[in-house]
Amino acid sequence: MKTVEMPKMGDTMEEGKILRWIKHEGDLVNKGESLAEVETDKVNIEIEAFASGVLRKILVPEGESAPIGTGIALIGAPDEPLPGNVSGNGSTRVTASTPTEMEKGEKTSEAPAQKQGGLLREEIGAGYLQGASQEVNVQTARTTESQGRVFISPIARRLAEENQLDYTRIHGTGPNGRIIKMDIEAVLTQQQAVPAVPAAPAPIQAIAPEAVPAGIDTGEVIEIPLTAMRRTIAKRLSQSMQTAPHFYVTSIIDTGKLAELRKQINEYAEKDSAPVKVSFNDLIIKAVARALLRMPQVNVSFAEDRLIQKKQVHIGMAVALEQGLIVPVVRNADQRGILDIARESQRLAELAHTGKLRPEDFSGGTFTVSNLGMFDVDSFTAVINPPESAILAVGSITPTPVVVDGQIVVRDRMKVTLSSDHRAIDGATAARFLQEVKRLLEEPFGLLL
Amino acid sequence: MRTITFRDALREAIREEMQRDERVFILGEDIAGYGGTYAVSKGLFEEFGEKRVRDTPLAEEVITGAAIGAALGGLRPILELMTINFSLLASDQIVNQAAKFRYMFGGQPEIRLVVRMPGGGGAQRGAQHSQMLESWYAHIPGLKVVMPATPYDAKGMLKSAVRDPDPVLFIEHELLYNIKGEVPDEDVDYTVPLDRGEVRREGQHVTIITFSRMLHVTMQAVEDLAKEGIEAEVIDLRSIRPIDIDLIINSVKKTNRVVIAEEGWKYYGTGQGLAALIYEYAFDYMDAPVQHVNSADVPMPYSKVLERAALPNKSDIVNAVKAIVPQALVRG
Repeated sequence: MKTVEMPKMGDTMEEGKILRWIKHEGDLVNKGESLAEVETDKVNIEIEAFASGVLRKILVPEGESAPIGTGIALIGAPDEPLPGNVSGNGSTRVTASTPTEMEKGEKTSEAPAQKQGGLLREEIGAGYLQGASQEVNVQTARTTESQGRVFISPIARRLAEENQLDYTRIHGTGPNGRIIKMDIEAVLTQQQAVPAVPAAPAPIQAIAPEAVPAGIDTGEVIEIPLTAMRRTIAKRLSQSMQTAPHFYVTSIIDTGKLAELRKQINEYAEKDSAPVKVSFNDLIIKAVARALLRMPQVNVSFAEDRLIQKKQVHIGMAVALEQGLIVPVVRNADQRGILDIARESQRLAELAHTGKLRPEDFSGGTFTVSNLGMFDVDSFTAVINPPESAILAVGSITPTPVVVDGQIVVRDRMKVTLSSDHRAIDGATAARFLQEVKRLLEEPFGLLL
Repeated sequence: MRTITFRDALREAIREEMQRDERVFILGEDIAGYGGTYAVSKGLFEEFGEKRVRDTPLAEEVITGAAIGAALGGLRPILELMTINFSLLASDQIVNQAAKFRYMFGGQPEIRLVVRMPGGGGAQRGAQHSQMLESWYAHIPGLKVVMPATPYDAKGMLKSAVRDPDPVLFIEHELLYNIKGEVPDEDVDYTVPLDRGEVRREGQHVTIITFSRMLHVTMQAVEDLAKEGIEAEVIDLRSIRPIDIDLIINSVKKTNRVVIAEEGWKYYGTGQGLAALIYEYAFDYMDAPVQHVNSADVPMPYSKVLERAALPNKSDIVNAVKAIVPQALVRG
């Protein structure tokens, strides 16, 4: 008996709704034939049978939703006994247990169902089919081939419970579909919303001392357990530093015209129907996106045997939280106007601070901007946020004496440092990219055009 | 440090202990004039004379009983049995007498007895002479059972065994006598404890627990695994009883996966005992079931080809590791 699972169709899909069953119970199906029409968060799509046989049981009726990985139907030989504990996922309890929906020819027990440890079972043929119209005490969202229970290794279960993770929805990659430690860790990494950590850790700690979870005082020291976010930060940053050979190029940018432009934009924007305040960082995001559009060789990921050049420009912006860091992403920043970027960055920052970011808000970045300018930081180097290949570290704007036409004058200037993965980006490329960013920020009318 | 054989390391330990303490003496079949079946005691008869290097009749129960009696009388016998297979004849003496006296007589007598005996297969000695019977004795409270795998441990543990107040069964794998390894200079009086395992290699993906000859097979296997990116931690148990459970559990907490590689049979042996302990103390840290590499469940064949097939080998270990270490973990 093969279980048809709700497939994952698209990165953001978490569940799918059965719009229509194209095949019905008892129908013969051939591998590749359409089984059902499913609505996802984006599209409606027909799902195909991956095995041939008879559609023995529909587990999720039309109109109901099921998380990805959930068994939605069983395909098997016509006379194969149905496995015990056949049920749908936790949210859509199988209501399909009326006799009419049971297999033809199989005996339905008319006798009062036996109560066994909270489970009501009716014996049917060689197997057990749970009488799910009665209250069925089954949480499992996943029907494995033989037993309808989730296989999970002890440490994976412990990790899941410690992190309050509903492991019944996780796809196991171990033997027999067993959920192993790695599977849980993968989900936690995704969930943790910490795609990246942009800045050198020290300043981040400096602004988030109260984020420290309760420590255990051992006498000499206080041991602070790692939060999941901290673990992810540690893992990702170590991975980045250890695998990506970082190199750095620094440039000093005159921000006089940028400040003037920002002032004018903000004078306009505060009278806009939806008033918004544009920050320097928004303008930097815009400039970086522009530069990436012009130099796609920086908008890449190093994938061991090849480079992956991204066609879209999604700019991550590092946001410091009490418990760590998160990098929400301004999607398609190159196509957005400055006010649009400002609104989006404010929305993302708010969501980040209230812990309401969704996965799509912080995934898929192609380049990150980390700005510590507000902390009176002259300059710093940032750790690349994998799988991206570069990150821009932005320091404070500082009045600086400079020589112009033989005269010493005071100008506002800002140091920016680009960290690049040398496996993917060469020094001259990085320098040209930074030159382009500098040009766009020093002659900022280009950002409007 | 010098490089000497396992055999020489044992002989040095015996000689040094005999020099150190005149109560120490050795007895066994053909150990005096002949120098021992595996030449471990060669030269000791000439050095110490027949009072302290005593040939015995071929009667394991008698000579084991005599050794126990000598220990009861305050001597420190080192008894050599020709192989562990013959110790079955003396098992009443070992299990019912030596293991029990201190307990039954209110702690008064110390049975300072060391029983040295070769064991293991791989040398075409046939079904009756190729067995790993350590778990039989390790089952018994009152006995210590050790199985060193290197010359360093052989010397250091044999000296500890002589100085230990309890009966120690010292099992030497027949194929280890000629292996060489570093041992401190002769004037260095070092010992190795009888209750500590040793991490022979650190790794994060899997813990391989092994002992005696299988340590050397395991070390070859982990080299192959390392080429594929799998980093195995290797624990040399050294002592079968008492067992260094903390060392094992701490390693399992780190790696979450265990392979046990032993030469003995599968059922009711050392490996299964270890697996049960691991499940008892580290269940919540396990990410995969314990894998067990062991000899085929048959009496050891005499045929060279079949013997080789019956014994666990390097690829058995490699396969057991790969069965529980996810590929994706290694790539990541």
